[in-house]
Amino acid sequence: MSNKIMIKCFVDALGISEETVADDLEYNSIPQWDSVAHMQLVAALEEAFDIMLDTDDIIDMSSVAKAREILKKYNVEF
Amino acid sequence: MLLSGRVAIITGATRGIGLSIAKLFIAHDAIVYVNGRDEKQVYAVVDQLNNENEQAKPLIFDVSDDRCVKDAFQQFYKQSKRLDVLVNNAGVLDDALIGMVKKDQIAKTFSINTFGALYTSQYAIRLMSRKKSGAIINISSIIGNTGNSGQAVYSGSKAALIGITKSLAKEVAHLNIRVNAIAPGFIDTDMARSIPEKMFQERLDSIKMKRIGYPEEVANCALFLASALSSYVTGQIIGVDGGMLI
Repeated sequence: MSNKIMIKCFVDALGISEETVADDLEYNSIPQWDSVAHMQLVAALEEAFDIMLDTDDIIDMSSVAKAREILKKYNVEF
Repeated sequence: MLLSGRVAIITGATRGIGLSIAKLFIAHDAIVYVNGRDEKQVYAVVDQLNNENEQAKPLIFDVSDDRCVKDAFQQFYKQSKRLDVLVNNAGVLDDALIGMVKKDQIAKTFSINTFGALYTSQYAIRLMSRKKSGAIINISSIIGNTGNSGQAVYSGSKAALIGITKSLAKEVAHLNIRVNAIAPGFIDTDMARSIPEKMFQERLDSIKMKRIGYPEEVANCALFLASALSSYVTGQIIGVDGGMLI
């Protein structure tokens, strides 16, 4: 369930298809995932999982896989 | 009531301009989180401000400590879930001629007056961006605009706040978050009363309206910037100075 929610956050914030949201998709590797979209992604994830991320984690969120790893730190179960 | 249902954080709200802003926001039906470093002082002010609706709430943290700011915003988020207005008011004034300025004095002034506003804005913008709405008000100073002898450090810290205001306003306008600053002139606060008598008189003489300003007059401007009255105003530095010339 959490994985579906996370993927929806990526789809909505970056304006990309669900198929594009693969674990190895990296920040700045596609035009849609720029710094402005990254902050929209953070807002979407925080809202969806009812959490508040540390600034360091926002900066470290460099891929889909890394996003999942960071969310686990905030007790989001995958 | 201009702020019904709105939630505000005001840093350095236990006295002076910050306290006046807190009072006015509460009078306009806002929920106000009163920030200060001293727990006793914050609770005393919260008790003083609170009415039967308990609109004043304590938020104790040191704005100059990024870890404290992070913890405070996480605590705030658990309680409130929304933030509509952030007033970056916490500030220190410690004048000295440039040859006599200590390194610690520079670090302290910039940590509180400038870095603190950046730390709080980081978290505030993230909360505001979820609702695509919000207002940030930075309390700068006329000295940040004009500079003044013996105030290189203070004016630098407040001028930086003006740059921060203009940059953030551009960065977050698409999120419907407005960022403005107030540049108070000579305002009747403990800070103003701490300067030597001769300098106090010189300051008064430099004001076209021939009187000191009152914290309530700065608060009125903050109310305007916090409310829908200023819904199309961003990136502005508004002087509340009675026509002061430095």
